[in-house]
Amino acid sequence: MNNPQLDRDGNLKHLLSIEGLPKRILNQILDTAESFVGVAEREVKKVPLLRGKTVCNLFFENSTRTRTTFEIAAKRLSADVISLNVSTSSQSKGETILDTVDNLIAMHADMFVVRHAQSGAAHLIAKHVPPHIHVVNAGDGRHSHPTQGLLDVFTIRKYKPDLHNLKIAIVGDVLHSRVARSEIHALTTLGVPEVRVIAPKTLLPSQVEKLGVHVFHDMEEGLKDVDVIMMLRLQNERMSGAMLPSSQEYFKTYGLTQEKLKLAKPDAIVMHPGPMNRGVEIDSNVADGKQSVILPQVTYGIAIRMAVMAILAGGSPLVPAGDAS
Amino acid sequence: MKIQIKNGRVIDPKNNIDSKLDVFIAAGKIVAIGHSPEGFAANQIIDADNLVVCPGLVDLSARLREPGDEYKARLVSELQAAVAGGVTSLACPPDTDPVLDEPGLVEMLKHRAKQQGLAHVYPLGALTRQLEGKALSEMSELHTAGCVGFSQANAAITDTQVLWRAMEYAATFGFTLFLHAEEPFLAAKGVAHDGEVATRLGLKGIPSAAEALALATILRIAQETGAKVHISRLSTAEGVDMVRAAKKQGLKISCDVSAHHLHLTEHDIGYFDANCHLKPPLRTQRDKEALSAGLKDGTIDAICSDHTPVDDDAKLAPFAEAEIGATGLELLLPLTLKWATEQKISLLQALGAITESSARILGIPAGNLSINSDADLCVFDANEYWKVCPDTLKSQGKNTPFTGLELAGKVKLTFVHGQIVYQQKT
Repeated sequence: MNNPQLDRDGNLKHLLSIEGLPKRILNQILDTAESFVGVAEREVKKVPLLRGKTVCNLFFENSTRTRTTFEIAAKRLSADVISLNVSTSSQSKGETILDTVDNLIAMHADMFVVRHAQSGAAHLIAKHVPPHIHVVNAGDGRHSHPTQGLLDVFTIRKYKPDLHNLKIAIVGDVLHSRVARSEIHALTTLGVPEVRVIAPKTLLPSQVEKLGVHVFHDMEEGLKDVDVIMMLRLQNERMSGAMLPSSQEYFKTYGLTQEKLKLAKPDAIVMHPGPMNRGVEIDSNVADGKQSVILPQVTYGIAIRMAVMAILAGGSPLVPAGDAS
Repeated sequence: MKIQIKNGRVIDPKNNIDSKLDVFIAAGKIVAIGHSPEGFAANQIIDADNLVVCPGLVDLSARLREPGDEYKARLVSELQAAVAGGVTSLACPPDTDPVLDEPGLVEMLKHRAKQQGLAHVYPLGALTRQLEGKALSEMSELHTAGCVGFSQANAAITDTQVLWRAMEYAATFGFTLFLHAEEPFLAAKGVAHDGEVATRLGLKGIPSAAEALALATILRIAQETGAKVHISRLSTAEGVDMVRAAKKQGLKISCDVSAHHLHLTEHDIGYFDANCHLKPPLRTQRDKEALSAGLKDGTIDAICSDHTPVDDDAKLAPFAEAEIGATGLELLLPLTLKWATEQKISLLQALGAITESSARILGIPAGNLSINSDADLCVFDANEYWKVCPDTLKSQGKNTPFTGLELAGKVKLTFVHGQIVYQQKT
């Protein structure tokens, strides 16, 4: 089976999921992002790599943060950006995803950044578009959110450069989380020796250990001696019902407090993909505490998205794939 | 019209025949096999050298999409697909629009099918009105109109009281219930086997336990009521074990497996191949092996095509939103042959699962070459490979997980009532 994300020379063609991408590509993206971190601090926050290209943000599911960071990233690369909230326009008129895509292709879009509530939507679009068009998955159902996974490992690398010596815990609703799946694949591909997931059984997918993680149901055990704690967002609709009895009980058992944070290594960092539910999965004083790197995650998110788009739109001249460290 | 089919390898599982013999047909009936009847002067002699001559295939589950879903497929296209696949009799589930719960609808469908003069259509009536699982349909009336059994298609009966009454009522008249075993609450919104692949792809899973739980309920009530129950499209290893035990116990149980489940697993979904969005979901390698073993030892009686044509657009959606189903009538024979080759099963046994067994389950006079039976036959080349692609399929539904695959087993001629209804173009 062909890898839909790579072209025949093994270069990145679409970014659809972390799973299936070799280490050299992940490193290429991370290293390229490194060179973009400085761009935001310049007086002119722009590089001309995507000048004359049109990037189309196609959001079938609402998002503020991800859409905004993709928009900023594309603009800093000098691309023209169109953002469409399709959930509120054509889809409600009965147009199919591929109809929408075809219309935008007719308007000469060069790159699609896609978010959709169904797993596999980005793959479907990637299969459909002509070869010169690139697709970036900005989140599909529970499946994948690759730029989030990449920006998370980028952040970890900044604070803990030796990935080969880390214990990392991912805490919360893994079952419904595309972020968790992307993080797990990114971390295991890059050689993190111990990735843990901590959650009640109702929030873990079947055979999650096959993804290469250690499973814990108890925060005290799971957080012991970890270097990184990655919290997941708990969606409102899961807070009471058959998955969990209440948000209060969840906070008591799986919420990250200062007290529980002490179980991790003293220099452990705390991450969250946002938006946070303070007092549900994370206590405010942890979220705003000195071990939190939640805001740097957002900043690095722009560099990662710039790197992905630059590589897709003609290959970044900065770091060739294969030579990456 | 008298026809002699000579030099063919005649395989008739019901009569345990597998040898090079001539078949003699007169007035739409098989009049002799082997030696020519006295005074038989054939109007037409067909040379079937190097070909297999077997009973026309009997498919336990083929959706024809009429009435109501003609944009997906039409009676004529699907009946042409049937005979092109060597299928001369088929049972169609009642989930049409409107649902087959009215005798008038069944009569009309039978009538329209008969007009085509292609494969015989045996409707399965709705077991409950509108398939809602609440009120019983008029089974006796529906039977008179032509239904050979009663089914809920993919819908479940959640109320065990209703299921119990439905079995009791059907047992009163000796009707067979065709049930798909899937517990609807556990399976709700599920689109793939709840396991490794669904977890990786972020798809909502249907656990194997959904089949086991439904099966436990069905088998227990069947035991109490003495109803004849056929389990449609078994998918799990545990399910096979449960049916095996139930048969040993003496329950009137039979079951089938779809051709898809004999060959594919959850891993064939690959990168969200919507053609693998099937009901029940494709399961694990272990389940596939158990289904194969169950078919071999007779726990599973038959193979069905689960022919479910959908229009192309319906598959052009993210996996979970893509419509369930795949085309299958023209693949039933080659997929059965492929299974037999891989498992080293004789053609005689393998063809039994798509002729004699399925006819017995439906209680119809078909699926064999006994003297004086209707001359419904399939003549095929077991060694000729053909490539599955939209152009080579007659069905209006072109979607199948097997697209692009080369399969052995090419139907050359199909007879219904001694008439050639399909002949491969040369």
